[in-house]
Amino acid sequence: MAAVQTSGERALNKIAIVAVLIITIIFLAPIYWIVSTSFKPRNLATTIPPTVVFTPEISPFVKLMTKRSQLREQPTPEEYAAAPWWERMVFDGGEKVVRDGRGDVQWSAYPSRFLNSLIVAVTSTVLAVGMGTFTAYGFSRFKVKGEGDLLFFILSTRMLPPVVVAIPMFLMYRMVGLTDTHVGLIILYTAFNLSFSVWLMKGFIDEIPKEYEEAALVDGYTRMQAFFKIVLPEAATGIAATAVFCFITAWNEYAFALMMTNRRAQTAPPFIPSQVGSGLPDWTVIAAGTFLFLLPVAFFTFLLRNHLLRGMSFGAIRK
Amino acid sequence: MAHIQLKNISKSFGAQTALSRLDLDIADGEFFVLLGETGAGKTTTLRLIAGLEKPSEGQIYIDGVDVAGWSAAERDVALVLQQYSLYPRYTVRENLEFPLKPKIRRLPDAEIKERVERAARTLRIEHLLDRKVDRLSGGEMQRVSIGRAIVRKPRVFLMDEPLSALDAKLREALRTELKNLQMQLGATFLFVTHDQIEAMSMGDKVGVLHRGRIVQTGTPQEIYNNPRNTYVASFVGSPPMNLMEGRLVDGRAVMAPKTFELPLSENGSGGAGTGGAADGRPLVFGIRPEDLHLESGAPVEALVHDLENHGVQKIVTLRVGDLQLRATVPAQTAVAVDQSVRFGWNPEKVALFDKGSGLSLRHEA
Repeated sequence: MAAVQTSGERALNKIAIVAVLIITIIFLAPIYWIVSTSFKPRNLATTIPPTVVFTPEISPFVKLMTKRSQLREQPTPEEYAAAPWWERMVFDGGEKVVRDGRGDVQWSAYPSRFLNSLIVAVTSTVLAVGMGTFTAYGFSRFKVKGEGDLLFFILSTRMLPPVVVAIPMFLMYRMVGLTDTHVGLIILYTAFNLSFSVWLMKGFIDEIPKEYEEAALVDGYTRMQAFFKIVLPEAATGIAATAVFCFITAWNEYAFALMMTNRRAQTAPPFIPSQVGSGLPDWTVIAAGTFLFLLPVAFFTFLLRNHLLRGMSFGAIRK
Repeated sequence: MAHIQLKNISKSFGAQTALSRLDLDIADGEFFVLLGETGAGKTTTLRLIAGLEKPSEGQIYIDGVDVAGWSAAERDVALVLQQYSLYPRYTVRENLEFPLKPKIRRLPDAEIKERVERAARTLRIEHLLDRKVDRLSGGEMQRVSIGRAIVRKPRVFLMDEPLSALDAKLREALRTELKNLQMQLGATFLFVTHDQIEAMSMGDKVGVLHRGRIVQTGTPQEIYNNPRNTYVASFVGSPPMNLMEGRLVDGRAVMAPKTFELPLSENGSGGAGTGGAADGRPLVFGIRPEDLHLESGAPVEALVHDLENHGVQKIVTLRVGDLQLRATVPAQTAVAVDQSVRFGWNPEKVALFDKGSGLSLRHEA
């Protein structure tokens, strides 16, 4: 009887594994497409059916990082021989790297857009999580007059789809000169994430017994010291989970970035597709840009994975 | 060490009154136990003294100084709670060092080390010093909690049911240890508990708290032998005091509604000072189970309702009509359930309470 059950269970297990594999493949297919395209030579990027087996090359990344122009005439063999390996890849694609008067290679706009994304996402995440944690602590530990109403107000800021206010926001930003600035985007994303951060952090802080802090207070510590020494380490899991969510939101945001920025403070999401339209689209370069853009979020999430798993159970594992 | 006084303290949370007009006086070096049921206001009293709550009314004095404006940190008290007073991320040593490291009274490293080791020796937790707190058993955790309190040499130790979460054996062991520790340190202890055995066995003085008021303060003997009202009588003691309604007729206790009579001694503690004044008035008679005895020639007949064998003694539940009485008798007494027995009481030990107010006539007088 037991043996029959075991074999039944085994079969179920196998089915489950197969199902998980299929689901994983479906989910990873687009990512594979992007990654593989970013290592393809340009002529293989748009073949039908798609090329699966090919010799990977990194020319898309070289092209992504440099400013290029169409070759009017083939480079001389001497020029070709004198060029470094990465410049030859550009020559091979029928383009040349743009150099300034002193012969220095001109970078493309991608690195600076990527950097903008990092600056805006990291700063707004730090601000949203930091302010959210303090606010949540206040709501969690002190009697605040009209606490329920205030918390509801904070939540209500998320009820309106942000795009609805895009045009008034744009007009206001233009009036105060915040368009196309890092500060402008940081304020915007911090505001988006703050309510979420407050609510999530309040849940986590509520779970921390207040006896810990009271013990510290009695031991001679101030409220602030008790907060930093006791509450913050205990809330690390919650902070990590909140930070990942805020970072992903800020990192991926497209609509406002597209509207509020165009050059100096433009982030990567509106920049990458903007390259599609200039001349013949080079899908390999776009794929390379997208691939690099995926990395920070993947890395950040991976770094905090232990905290995230514990954080998602919302204090279910206690003691 | 310190002398603590609470004067006319009231505390309410919103519409709910936790304490009303509470007065408390804890002498220097005293082991004071605050005894009461859950919700009586024990923890609130402790938190007020610790400075974690502010009283709605009244003053708290430590060594004669009004500490209303002092923060918890400045009051220099130590708090041991039932649980959650250790920091889960720290080792035992770090937990013990923590109270010695705040900016307002940071000690030199050598002294910290020395004090931590001395506390660990006192509590026999030296072998645990480098262990993480979450790897400790309940008893070990509570030892460390007490350690956290004693490293600092605070003016007063506040303990909120520190033994309640432990199993019976350990609780007994730590009870003795804690009492010894208090005598050794000569410190003022305020110990809060709902367990009357803890209160009786540990306290120099016991304060019985009921619905936010102190009902009676005194030595354990005073509380036990001379309860101020029926609440204290029924709360303190295990099994509790037997309470029977009745009247005093010609120096005899006449019980109602099922009538039986028992003699009262005129010059015994029970009748003393009340005499004829209490005659005919509705009363409650209180008698401790150990002052009831079973004897063939005793005045009242009863049925044995239940038997509990406790080793050295038996607790016999007697039934007279609807009334149930408990008596403790030596273990070798031969009784069986449903057996008919005769019992009497020690007339010297009878306590009389007014039926209306519940107050002891002795205290009333």
